[in-house]
Amino acid sequence: MTADLTAGIAELGRRLRAGDVTAVELADAALGRVEQVDGELHAFLARTPELARESAAAADAAIRAGNADALAGVPMAVKDVLCLEGVETTAGSKILKGFVPPYTATTVARALAAGAVPVGKTNCDEFAMGSSNENSAYGPVRNPWDLGRVPGGSSGGSAAAVAAGAVAWAFGTDTGGSIRQPAALCGIVGLKPTYGRTSRYGLIAFASSLDHVGCFTRTVADSATVLQAIAGHDPMDSTSSRHPVDDYAAALGGGVKGLRLGVPREYFVEGMEAGVSDAVRAAIAALEKEGAEIVDVSLPRTDYGVAIYYIIAPAEASSNLARMDGVRFGHSAPDAKTVIDQYMRARAEGFGPEVRRRIMIGTYALSSGYYDAYYVKAQKARTLVRQDFDAAFEKVDALVCATSPTVAFELGAKTQDPIAMYLNDVLTIPADLAGVPAISIPCGFSEGLPVGLQVIGPAFREDVVFRVAATYEGITDWSSRVPPLAEAVA
Amino acid sequence: MSAVATGVEAVIGLEVHAELLTQSKMFCACSASYLAGEPNSHTCPVCLGLPGALPVMNRRAIELTIKTALALNCEIAEFSKFDRKNYFYPDLPKGYQISQYDLPISHDGHLDVRTGDHHRRVGITRVHLEEDTGKLTHAGAIHTSQSSLVDLNRAGVPLIEIVSEPDMRSAEEAREYMQRLRQILVWIGVSDGRMEEGSLRCDANVSVRAPGSTELGTKVEVKNMNSFRAVYLALQHEIERQAAALEAGEEIVQETRGWNEAKGVTISQRRKEYADDYRYFPEPDLPPLHLDRALVDRIRAELPELPATRADRLERDLGVSADQADLLTDTVELADYFEAVVATGVPAAEAANWVLGEVSRVLNTGVLVSALTVRPEALGGLVARKLDGTINNNQAKELFAELAGGDTVVATAAAIDEAIQSRGLRQVSDTAELERLVDEAIAAQAKAWEDFRGGNERASGALVGYVMKQTKGQASGPAVTEILRRRAQAG
Amino acid sequence: MKLTAEEVRKVAHLARLGLPDEDLEALSTELTRILDYVDKVGELDTEAIPPTAQVGDVVEAFREDEVGASIGTDAAIANAPASERPYIRVAAMQE
Repeated sequence: MTADLTAGIAELGRRLRAGDVTAVELADAALGRVEQVDGELHAFLARTPELARESAAAADAAIRAGNADALAGVPMAVKDVLCLEGVETTAGSKILKGFVPPYTATTVARALAAGAVPVGKTNCDEFAMGSSNENSAYGPVRNPWDLGRVPGGSSGGSAAAVAAGAVAWAFGTDTGGSIRQPAALCGIVGLKPTYGRTSRYGLIAFASSLDHVGCFTRTVADSATVLQAIAGHDPMDSTSSRHPVDDYAAALGGGVKGLRLGVPREYFVEGMEAGVSDAVRAAIAALEKEGAEIVDVSLPRTDYGVAIYYIIAPAEASSNLARMDGVRFGHSAPDAKTVIDQYMRARAEGFGPEVRRRIMIGTYALSSGYYDAYYVKAQKARTLVRQDFDAAFEKVDALVCATSPTVAFELGAKTQDPIAMYLNDVLTIPADLAGVPAISIPCGFSEGLPVGLQVIGPAFREDVVFRVAATYEGITDWSSRVPPLAEAVA
Repeated sequence: MSAVATGVEAVIGLEVHAELLTQSKMFCACSASYLAGEPNSHTCPVCLGLPGALPVMNRRAIELTIKTALALNCEIAEFSKFDRKNYFYPDLPKGYQISQYDLPISHDGHLDVRTGDHHRRVGITRVHLEEDTGKLTHAGAIHTSQSSLVDLNRAGVPLIEIVSEPDMRSAEEAREYMQRLRQILVWIGVSDGRMEEGSLRCDANVSVRAPGSTELGTKVEVKNMNSFRAVYLALQHEIERQAAALEAGEEIVQETRGWNEAKGVTISQRRKEYADDYRYFPEPDLPPLHLDRALVDRIRAELPELPATRADRLERDLGVSADQADLLTDTVELADYFEAVVATGVPAAEAANWVLGEVSRVLNTGVLVSALTVRPEALGGLVARKLDGTINNNQAKELFAELAGGDTVVATAAAIDEAIQSRGLRQVSDTAELERLVDEAIAAQAKAWEDFRGGNERASGALVGYVMKQTKGQASGPAVTEILRRRAQAG
Repeated sequence: MKLTAEEVRKVAHLARLGLPDEDLEALSTELTRILDYVDKVGELDTEAIPPTAQVGDVVEAFREDEVGASIGTDAAIANAPASERPYIRVAAMQE
C-alpha cells in the first residue's frame, strides 16, 4: 500500500516525489494507524495532528517545487525526552506533567527543517531510566510482536511505533543501550552515533557524559539518511563535536570484503539465550561468507561495564534531576508551607521508584567520603573500557556481536529485580561508556521474537558501521519482516 | 583597635565575589544587565534551568578572570575546569551552581595593603569563575514571610570569587583590603564594584588567638556586610565578641553569623540539619579549559599600569606626596586627568592641589571625571594664567567653579583666555595702584595695621580684604601682603 | 557493606526526596544490593589510570560576549506552578 509506513523513508520518499502519494495522505495514514494500534501498544504519550498536517502540507509544497530534502513528508515520532516547542514534554514522568517547553531540541529542529512530519511524542521509561519501558509513569509500552512482552527500553515507545508501522522512523536516545536494545527486541534498526555527533541541546538530560540522540528506522540506509540530517556541531551544546559530517549514504555500498570484523569473546555472556547466540553466530558466519575476516578479540573489562555505568549514570542523573523541584515548572506540592517541604514532597511524589533509586545511588556515590571510592573509581574504570575498545580497533575495523542477551521478555518478569533488569544492557553499555558508534539490526528470530545483531565502530566511523550493517541487511530479508499487528494495515 | 586593646590577635580572611562587566551572562546570551528591565525578562532555557538546556562558556568572562588574576599577581593554571556545586535553593534554577572546585583558573597571588605606616602583603589563595544566582525577595522579613518571589534575571551572570589567605590582622586592614581590591577591579574594568547594589560582595572568616600564637582559633564566618564601613564595624564587633567570649572562658562555636547593621552586632544564623555536602564533580557539559601561555601573555600585555604602580610613578617622577599620589590614583580617569593637566606645562604640585581641591569638590557632587566640563587642557591654561599673574587665585577658583558648573565643555587654554577676557577679569598688580590702595587700607583698618605691625600675621587678613573689596577681588593677594610686610618692616 | 536506614535518610535529605519513614528500611535493602553489585569496580586495578570525565573530542567551546534574544518574562514564568507576574512564587523559606 502506498501509505504503508513500514516501507521506510527511502521508499516513501520515492513515492512522494513520484506523486504516488502526498505527505498529507501519509500523515493521515500515520495518525490513523496510531489510532488503530496505540490502544494496545501505548507507544504514544501525545499526538500532534495539527503539527503533522502543517508540516505535511509544507513538505508537499517543497516536493512539488522540487527542492525537498530526503526526510520531507515522511511521518516520524519523537521520544518524549526531547523537547518540542509548544508540546507537553514529560520524559515519561509525572514530575513533568504539564511542562510545555518554549524551545525545540536541536536534532528535532533539524529534522523538522528537513520536512519531517511529527506525529507525536513517544512513551519511554521515566527519564530514560530503564530497559523495558515499564518505568514510565504513564504505563508500559507493549511489544508489537507479542503484546504480553516488553518492547525494550528506555525508548520503547519509539521502537514500538516504528515496528508497528505507525511511523516510518522515530527519534530515540541511548545512554546505556536505550536505542539499540529496543531495536533488537522489536526487530528494527536502531542507531547510536558517536558521542557528540548529535547535539544534546533539548534532550532532557539523564547522564550527560553518556546520553546520545539517535534513531529507529526500518533500514540501515534510512538511519544514514536521518543521521545526515541531524548530525553536526551545535553551538548550543558545548560537548557537540566539530568533526566533519561524512556523506553517510556513500558508505553504505562498500561491502565487507577485506574488512576485519572482531567478535568480542566476552560478549557471549552467561545467561544469553541459545536462540540469540545462534542467530548472532549465523549472522557473523554470513558476513564471513561475504568476504569479511572474522577475528577473535577480547574486551577484558566487559563484565564491569554494568557496574561502572550504574555508578556514573546515577551520579550524573542525581545532579541533572535536581532542577525538577516544582518551582519553575512541573509537579509541585501547592499546599507546602515551606520551600523544603515543597521540594521533599514534589520530588517524592513526582519521581517513580526506579528514578528515586538512581537518584539515591547517585547522590551517595558523589557524597563526601564516597566520591573517590565510587565516582572517581568508576571514571578510572571507564578509561580502561575505552582502552579495551582502542586496543580492539587496532586489530579490527569493527566489532560484531549480539545487542541483547535475550529476546523480549514478559511484562513484569524483571521488575522485581533491578539488577536483573540492569543486566539487559551488558552488551550495549560498553559502547556508551566509550562513546563509540553502534547500530542494532535485525538478524533473525528466536521463538518467534526478533534478535538483534550489533555492529560497533571506532569514534566517528559511522561509515564503517553502516557499511557492515548494510551489507548484512542486503543479504537477508529481516528488515522486511513486520509483526502481525503491522500486517493488518489499510 | 589593636591586639593590646582586645588582648587577642585577630586572624581574618576575606572571600569576595564580584560580578563581571560582560554584556551577556556566563553560560547563555541573555543580557547580564539584570537591574534593567522587568524581573525574569532576561532569561532563556539555559539560565532558567529548564530540562534539556546546556551551558556554553562566555569567552570574555574567562579573559576578565585571567586579567583580574594577573592584576592580583596570581599564577594562571594551564589546565582548569568547571565543577558542579550541588545544593537546593529557589534562586538556583538547576539545583547546582557551575563553579570551580579543585582546578581554579588562578592561584597564589597577593595584594599589598597599607594601614597608616603598616604594610601587609595579603596572600590571595585563588581567583575563580562561577555563575551568580537569581534573587529572592520576601514580603516582609525572610523569617516571617509566607512566600518568596523569585527573579532569575541575575541567575547566570558571571561572578569571580577572590579568596584571600587569612593574613589580615585587624578590621582596618580588612577594610583597606576591600577598598584596594575594589579599586583594582574598577581600574582594570572588570567590575563596577558597587557593594550596596551587590555587584561586589564580601564574606569574612574571623578567628582570634593569643598574640604571638601560631595556632588558629575556631573560625566564624561573617556575612551580610554591604559597605566598607560595615566590613570594618562587623569585623571589629566580631573580634571583640570572640575576645570577650574567650576571656569569659567560653568556646567559640564554628558557625555563620550575619552582620545586623541596625543593632550593630553579628547574629548567629540557623544551622541546617545535615550540613550541606556539595558533592562537587567535574561539569560534564563543559570541556576543560586549556589556558595557553600566549593567551595569558596577551592579556598581561593589555593590563594597564595598576594604581599602586602609577601612584609610585607619580610620587617618584612628579614629586607629589605619597598621600596625594594615592588620592590622585583613586580611579584611572582621575589619574589620567591629572597627568593631562601636568602635560600642559603646569607644575605637578600646583596641578595636584587643583585636582585634589577644586576638581574633587565638583566630583564629590556626583559628577564623573569624564563628564567634567573643564577638560585638562583648559584647567592647565587656567592654572597657567594664575601663575603668570593674569588673574589671582580667587578669581581662578571662581572661574573654575563657574565653568565646571555650566553645560558647555571648555576644552582649551584659548577658551579659558576668552572666558577671562569676556568676564573682564584681570589682576590688579600694578604696584603704584596697590601702594595707593594699601594706604587706604591702613587708614581704614588702623587697629588691624597696629596688630600686624606688632607681629600678628593674621591681622593682614582685614587689610588685604579691604584692598580686595576695593578692587572687586582683582588684586593680587600675595602682592598686597608683600607691600604690607615691607611697610611693617620699614616701621 | 550495608546502607543503614539512617544513612538512607541522610541521602534522601541531600536529594530532597521526602520519603516516608516506613519506606526507609526496604529502600536500605534495595540500595545496599545495588551498591554491593557496583562495588565490583573495586576489583579493577586503576592505579595510575586517569579518570574519564568526558568521551567527546571537544577541545574548546566558547561563546562570544554578545547579547542574544531572551524568551521574555511571560514565557519564563509560563510553566511555573505559582507565579505573581513578573515573579515566580515559592513557599516561605523557614519553618
